[in-house]
Amino acid sequence: MNGRGLSVTLGLAHRQMTLLIKNPSLLFPPMLFPLMNFLAFAGGLSRLRHVPGFNYPGGYTAFQFVFVLLQSAAFGGVFMGFGIARDFENGFARRLLVAAPHRSGLIAGYWLGAVFRWSLVATMLTIVALIAGMPIGGSGVDIFGLYALALLVNLVGILWAAGIAMRFRTVQAGPLMQTPVFMLLFLAPVYVPLALLQGWIHTLASVNPYTLLLEEGRGLLAGTPLHTASAFLIAFGLVGFFLVWSLRGLRIAERAG
Amino acid sequence: MSAAAAEHDRAECRGDDATHWPRVPVGLVTTLGVMAGGDNSIEVEGLVREFKKGPRAVDGIDLRVEPGEIYGFLGPNGAGKSTTVLMLTTLLPPTAGTARVAGFDVVKEGPSVRRTIGAALQEAALDPMLTGREHLRLQAALQGIARDERRAREQELLARVGLSEAADRKVKGYSGGMKRRLDLALALVHRPRVLFLDEPTTGLDPQSRSALWEEVGRLARDEGVTVFLTTQYLEEADVLADRVGIIHRGRIVAEGTPSALKADVGRSTVEAIPAEEDERARVAEILLRFGDPTQASPKGVAVQLANSNGSLADVVRALDEAKLAIANIQLHAPTLDDVFLAKTGTSLEGAAEDDEQDSDAE
Amino acid sequence: MTLLLNQIGRIAWRSVIRTARQPAAVIPPLTFPLMLMAVNSNGLRAATHLPGFPTKSFLDFFLPFSFIQGALFAATTAGTDLARDVDTGFLNRLALTPMRGAALLLGELGGAVALGALQAFVYLGVGLAFGVHFVTGIGGMATLLLLAILIALGWAAIGVLLALRAGSGEKVQSQFPLLFFLVFISSMNLPRNLIEVSWFRDLATINPVSYLIEGLRTLIIEGWNAQALALGFGVAILMVLGALGGASIALRQRMERT
Repeated sequence: MNGRGLSVTLGLAHRQMTLLIKNPSLLFPPMLFPLMNFLAFAGGLSRLRHVPGFNYPGGYTAFQFVFVLLQSAAFGGVFMGFGIARDFENGFARRLLVAAPHRSGLIAGYWLGAVFRWSLVATMLTIVALIAGMPIGGSGVDIFGLYALALLVNLVGILWAAGIAMRFRTVQAGPLMQTPVFMLLFLAPVYVPLALLQGWIHTLASVNPYTLLLEEGRGLLAGTPLHTASAFLIAFGLVGFFLVWSLRGLRIAERAG
Repeated sequence: MSAAAAEHDRAECRGDDATHWPRVPVGLVTTLGVMAGGDNSIEVEGLVREFKKGPRAVDGIDLRVEPGEIYGFLGPNGAGKSTTVLMLTTLLPPTAGTARVAGFDVVKEGPSVRRTIGAALQEAALDPMLTGREHLRLQAALQGIARDERRAREQELLARVGLSEAADRKVKGYSGGMKRRLDLALALVHRPRVLFLDEPTTGLDPQSRSALWEEVGRLARDEGVTVFLTTQYLEEADVLADRVGIIHRGRIVAEGTPSALKADVGRSTVEAIPAEEDERARVAEILLRFGDPTQASPKGVAVQLANSNGSLADVVRALDEAKLAIANIQLHAPTLDDVFLAKTGTSLEGAAEDDEQDSDAE
Repeated sequence: MTLLLNQIGRIAWRSVIRTARQPAAVIPPLTFPLMLMAVNSNGLRAATHLPGFPTKSFLDFFLPFSFIQGALFAATTAGTDLARDVDTGFLNRLALTPMRGAALLLGELGGAVALGALQAFVYLGVGLAFGVHFVTGIGGMATLLLLAILIALGWAAIGVLLALRAGSGEKVQSQFPLLFFLVFISSMNLPRNLIEVSWFRDLATINPVSYLIEGLRTLIIEGWNAQALALGFGVAILMVLGALGGASIALRQRMERT
C-alpha cells in the first residue's frame, strides 16, 4: 500500500475510533455481550468440569475464556460490518469511494477500527478473567499466539461482514452477517471438549475449521499447544479466502455506484 | 419575487380574480364537510414558553387570527414558530399567557381544542410500513368517526390530495411531496375548523409546493377553515397568507398583510435603462417627477416612488408620451425580507444561522 | 368503553401489521432461540451426566429458555418501534386525537403479545417434534403457553416503558443488553442447586428470571410443582403490573397534553 492508500486507511480508522469514543452506545453492547457470556458460561456451567472425560488442564474458567475471547473477536468484526452497511445507507460510503484513490484501503481502515474496539473488549475480558482466578499455563509466546489467533479471527469476521455489507449495502443485511458466524462459533466444542460431544453436533464440530482454532487457543492458554502451525495455517487460509470475498464485494459496491 | 407576481400567485391560490370576489362567510360552507359554524378564530395573549435549558423559546406573543383567514407565521429556524404551534395544538403547556383556539382555552379545554383542530406538524410523522389508506383508517378510527362513514371520507380525502392511485402503497415508497399531502389528508379526517400547518412545504420541490399551496388556499376559500401556517419561506408567506406575523427570537416583530408590511418599510423603486445612452438625462428628468433619485445600475436611472408601486403605469405612460425608447424598465418592490431586515437588523437567512446556534428549543 | 376497545384494537392492528411487514423484526426473534436451542441441547447434553441433574434430556431442560429469549427479542422490537414513534412525532399525531393513553399502551402490547404467542406455539411445536416430553401432559402444555404469553406481555411492557422513557430506538436497544444480562445470570443452563460458583448461584437465586424459567420448566420435567408455578406466575404478574404502571406514568409525561 502506498502513502496515499495508507492515509485513507488511517483516516477511516481514526473516524471509526472517534465515532466509538463519542458514542458509548456503540461500544457497550459489543463489550457487554462477551462479558455476559463469560460470566454465564464460566460461572454458571463450571460444574461441567466434573463430567467424566472433561480433561482440559486449565480449568473451566480458562476453557470458557478462550471461547469468549475468540467470539468477541469474530463479532467485533461483524459489528463493524453493520457500520459499513450504515455508511452505505446514509451515503457516507459513497463519499469514501469517490475520495479514496485506493479503495481497498477502506477495508483496512474499517478493520483497524474494529481492532481498536475489540482490543478494548479483549482487555476488559482478560482483566475480568484474571480477577475470577483464571490460571495461565502457557508461556509468553503461547499467550501472544492466542491473541494473534484472535486477531486473525477478528480479521476474518470483518472481511466476511464487509463482503455482505458491500453486496447488500443496507443494515437489514445484519442477520445475514451474524447468523452464519454464530452458527460457526457454536457448532464447535463450546461447553465441553470435542470428545464429549455426541451425535450430529460432534460430526459438525469435527469438520468445522473453527474447532481447531478454538482447541488450539485453549491449548496455548493452558501451555499445551498441539497443532499451532495448523491452526495458524487455517486462520491465514480463512483470511485469504474472505479477503477475496470482501474485495469482490467492494467491486460490486463500486459498480452499483 | 416582485410584489405584482406575489399578488398574482396569491390570487391564483385563493381562486380570486381581479375583482376580488367576496370571501364565503364561515358557517355557510358545508359542502365538502368541514365542520362549519362556531368560532374558528385563534386568540393569543402574552404567550410564553420557557425551557429548562436555554432562552425563552416564545417570549410573550399576542396575535389574533380571524375565522377563515390564512395566517402566515414567518421566521427563521429557532425563532419560536414550532413551539407556538405545539402550545396552540395543546401538545405543550405554556409557561404563561393565554390562548384560545376555536373559542376553547388551550390549557383548560384541551380535549375540546383537539376536537376542532387538525395539525400537520413539522415532521410528516408517518409509519413507513403502513399504506396511505391504512393511515387514514387508523386516524379515522382514533377520531371516532363512524365505521360506515369512514370509507367515503377516506376515498374523498385520497382523491382530494391526489393519492388515490398510491393509496395502497407503503408510505416508505412515497416521495416527500406525497408524504406531505398524506399528512394534510390525515389532518383533515375529522373535518377540523382550524388547521395548523408547521412548515408544510419544507424540502418539497416547486411543483409539490404549489400543489399544496393550492389545496390550502382552497380549504380556506371554499370551506372556511382557519389556517395557521408557519414557514421560513418568504415566498410562501407572501403568496399564501392573508396576514403575516414575523417572529424573531420568540417575539412578534411585525404583523399585517404582506403588502402593508412591505409598504411600511419602504417605497418601491423604478429603474429605467434608455435604449440610447445619450437619452439618460431626459429619462432622469421624467422619472424625477415620480419620486426621489436613488442608486441605479451604471446605464440606468432610478427613483424611489412617492406613491408605492401604483405609479409604475404612470411612469411608463410618461416615458411613452416623451417618445423615449427604453431598453428595460423594472419595478423593485420591497420584499418581506426587507421587512424582516428593517425590524430585526438582519436578513431572514442570516437570522436562521444565528438562531440555530442560540436556541435548541425547536 | 366501545370507543376505547375500538382504539385498542386499531393500535394493536397497526402494531401487528407493522411487525409482520418487517421480516427482520419477525424472523430473528423466531429463529435465533431455535438455533440456540438446537446447539445448546446437543452441546450441553453432557450436563445430563452430572449427579442430580433432573432429566436425561437436555432439550427438555432447555426448552423453557427459548420462550424467555424469544419474548425478550419481541419486546426489543416493540420497544424500538414505539421509541421510533416518539422520535418521528407519530406519537404527537396520536396525541392530537381523542385516543386514550390506555389504548396506546394496551394496543402496542397487543402486537408484541401476538408475536410472543406465535413464538410460543412454534417453540412448543418444534420441541414436541424433537421429542420433548411433558410430564404434565396436555394441561401442562396449555399452562406453559399461558405462562409464556404472560411472560411475553411482561417483557413487552418493559420494552414499552423503556421506549417511552428513552424516546429513541438507539437508546432502547442499548438498554436491552441489561435485560439479557438478567437472563444470562439465571438458572437457564443448570438447575440452581448444581451451580458450583457461589456468587453465580446467589445471583441466580435473587434473579426473578430464574423463577420464570423454573415455572415453565417444572411443567415439562417435574410435574405440577405448586411452589414453582406460583413463583413463575407471581413473578410474571408482578412484572406485567410493575412495568405497566411505570409505562403509564412515562406515557402521561410523554403525551403531556393540556
